Amino acid sequence: METLAMHISNGIVNGPVAAVFAAFALAVLTLCVLRGRRDLDDRLAPMAGLVAAFIFAVQMLNFPIFTAGVSGHLLGGALAALLVGPWVGALCVAVVLVVQALVFGDGGVAMLGLNITNMAVLGTAVGYLLIALLLRVLPRTPVGLAVTAFVSALVSVVVASQGFVLQYWLGGTTDLGGNLAGLAGTMAGAHLLIGIGEGLITATTVVTVAKVRPDLVYALRALKPAAPAPVVPVAGGAR
Amino acid sequence: MGAGHAHVLYRESTSPVHRLPPEVKIAAMVLFTLAVVATPRAAFWAFGGYALLVAVVAGLARVGPGWLLSRAAIELPFVLFAFALPFLGAGERVDVAGLSLSVDGLLGGWNIIAKGTLGVLASLLLAATTTTRDLIVGLDRLRCPQILTQIATFMLRYLDVLVGEARRMRVARVSRGDDPRFLWQLRGFAAGVGALFLRAFERGERVYLAMVSRGYSGRMPAVWQGAGAATAGQWLVGAAVPLVAATIAATAVALT
Repeated sequence: METLAMHISNGIVNGPVAAVFAAFALAVLTLCVLRGRRDLDDRLAPMAGLVAAFIFAVQMLNFPIFTAGVSGHLLGGALAALLVGPWVGALCVAVVLVVQALVFGDGGVAMLGLNITNMAVLGTAVGYLLIALLLRVLPRTPVGLAVTAFVSALVSVVVASQGFVLQYWLGGTTDLGGNLAGLAGTMAGAHLLIGIGEGLITATTVVTVAKVRPDLVYALRALKPAAPAPVVPVAGGAR
Repeated sequence: MGAGHAHVLYRESTSPVHRLPPEVKIAAMVLFTLAVVATPRAAFWAFGGYALLVAVVAGLARVGPGWLLSRAAIELPFVLFAFALPFLGAGERVDVAGLSLSVDGLLGGWNIIAKGTLGVLASLLLAATTTTRDLIVGLDRLRCPQILTQIATFMLRYLDVLVGEARRMRVARVSRGDDPRFLWQLRGFAAGVGALFLRAFERGERVYLAMVSRGYSGRMPAVWQGAGAATAGQWLVGAAVPLVAATIAATAVALT
């Protein structure tokens, strides 16, 4: 298997913008740590580890976007939000990114804030908001769950890819002139395809897990007990 | 399964770098990277200095240049992006070998290649000299929240479980007459991905319960036993690398 995963590496975005996003990511992760502690019980701890390992493995599948020389890959934010909830989910993706940056040199250490903002915060937050919405609207059937998983994964991947475009617009080290719209288009187009793949993987995984061990799916657990209970905390960092 | 305590990038050795406590190495690596990123991109000599520093540490760690460079290929997609920049960039242009290139794009491409490569090399050196377990212990000693180290511990532990389960399922498919080749392998994989996840979870859950029943409470024993934490002397030795890098960066900022 190709092991060419790649996040934003050092030097792509300038220092001040990276620092701002690092502070933002740190603040959101602190919130996630505080809220996530309540969620992490004996059942969720191994699940969180497995979700992180799964995302780690899945992010190794990499698709080069030839026209811009940028590459894209599966993210796993929606899967994490579905299985372990938004708080622990964001932490899982963040842990994956930190380990990749520290050990595998995948994504610059100085750019961790940017990568965490895009993939852990934006990806999981958008994914979870859609999940919370769709699970209420759609029928409580395996098909409804599959559609929820597919749509939320697809949208979260595209939104996360646009996070990079925003950051490059704010602090790209090279002025692309009018090509920024081109970059946005390339990223969105490629990640739409990736999102379809991610949506399929997320949907099959979650539906299988929900069939055999519904108690393991956080999103379903949160919905079950009482309808009026406030089950939709606005995921950290949603803007 | 028993060999799951190191990862693919770890190089077994007893060099001085290997023996440094992990928290020192992590801190040094992060600070070094920050110094590199803070360097103005036109200070070409500074990047030579950083490369020399990386080479010295690699020498001390007995990690060969061939090993380092072949593993640094992970950076390739962004190198391609860097090569595209001179053509895409705006502003002033120069003619090189008959091609009209953007000056800003050339510098930007160089910036990405230089800083990206140095960052990748630094983390590869950390990976080559630190086992997975030490990495977690190091993060914990650096006051990383326990929930994060816990997720990281299980992630690294379950990677092997996932790979093992995937292999077992593949063997089971093949022995029942499936003939996975190239792309068709994907179909079998996609159909089995949910089952893979469940099997890996149930195996992982057993591992977790076994750990809990043996007294695991969220932290690795090596951490709360407190043995092997970095001494002041080791911190000083480890600080040498970021200090040299910071000096280079400060000089480069002052000169430009």
